[in-house]
Amino acid sequence: MNRLPAPARAQPGRRALLIAGACSVLVRPALASPSAASLAAIARFTGGQPVRDSRVVLGVDAVVENGNTVPLTVTVDSPMTAADHVQRIAVLTELNPQPEVLVFHLGPASGRAVVATRMRMAQSQTVTALAQTSDGRFWRHRVDVVVALAACLEAP
Amino acid sequence: MTTIRALVRLPAMARAGEVIEVRLLLQHPMETGFRPGADGRTVPRNIVRRVEATFDGERVFAADLFPAIAANPYLAFPLRATKSGTLAVSIEGDNGLSQRETAVLTVG
Repeated sequence: MNRLPAPARAQPGRRALLIAGACSVLVRPALASPSAASLAAIARFTGGQPVRDSRVVLGVDAVVENGNTVPLTVTVDSPMTAADHVQRIAVLTELNPQPEVLVFHLGPASGRAVVATRMRMAQSQTVTALAQTSDGRFWRHRVDVVVALAACLEAP
Repeated sequence: MTTIRALVRLPAMARAGEVIEVRLLLQHPMETGFRPGADGRTVPRNIVRRVEATFDGERVFAADLFPAIAANPYLAFPLRATKSGTLAVSIEGDNGLSQRETAVLTVG
């Protein structure tokens, strides 16, 4: 019974990563289909509800120099009244070691659905902002971000 | 018991009904738990996990933070100013971090 533990997921080799990194500078990756981990994170947030690409604007630079601190804003088009407001906003990545970045909880007392923070990015990838409104519907905006200096490789 | 430097910034004055921006800056390394240290072993995770803001006892904002938040976390969130009062921000994290900061809002 000397079974080796199965690897959690296939790790691309260092060479493949280097080539991918070099290529990503030349060719902006198209909106690729999300990774399994990020799909699971989206499902945890939405509970499997359908998501519409509307109402949310994720403000982040398309090319960032330093992945250790990437400024971002999320704006949701909502009147923020007791009857119709944004309850939660999540920011997720596809290729960071853990897909979740942050979950904001807002309410009618917020008055406006605009939040900002600074995130880390392990590599060039698609960043997703998801919002849940008080009617139970989910909204999304995805942005491709190219990172020149990745986080995790260098100390911040 | 860990204590960190935490700044809660509000405009000095606000008009009734105006939506203000609250800015929060924490001095914290946000160690991810994925990074190898000088000895080659993974540095244990040490992050701020949750921030909650209440205005005169009513919850107005909360955030769940993950390792992908940059070191020295910065959060900006909106708040509708209806009356003068105290904004209390509670900060919770790894290594027993549990802290409360307050800022006074004057509506006139």
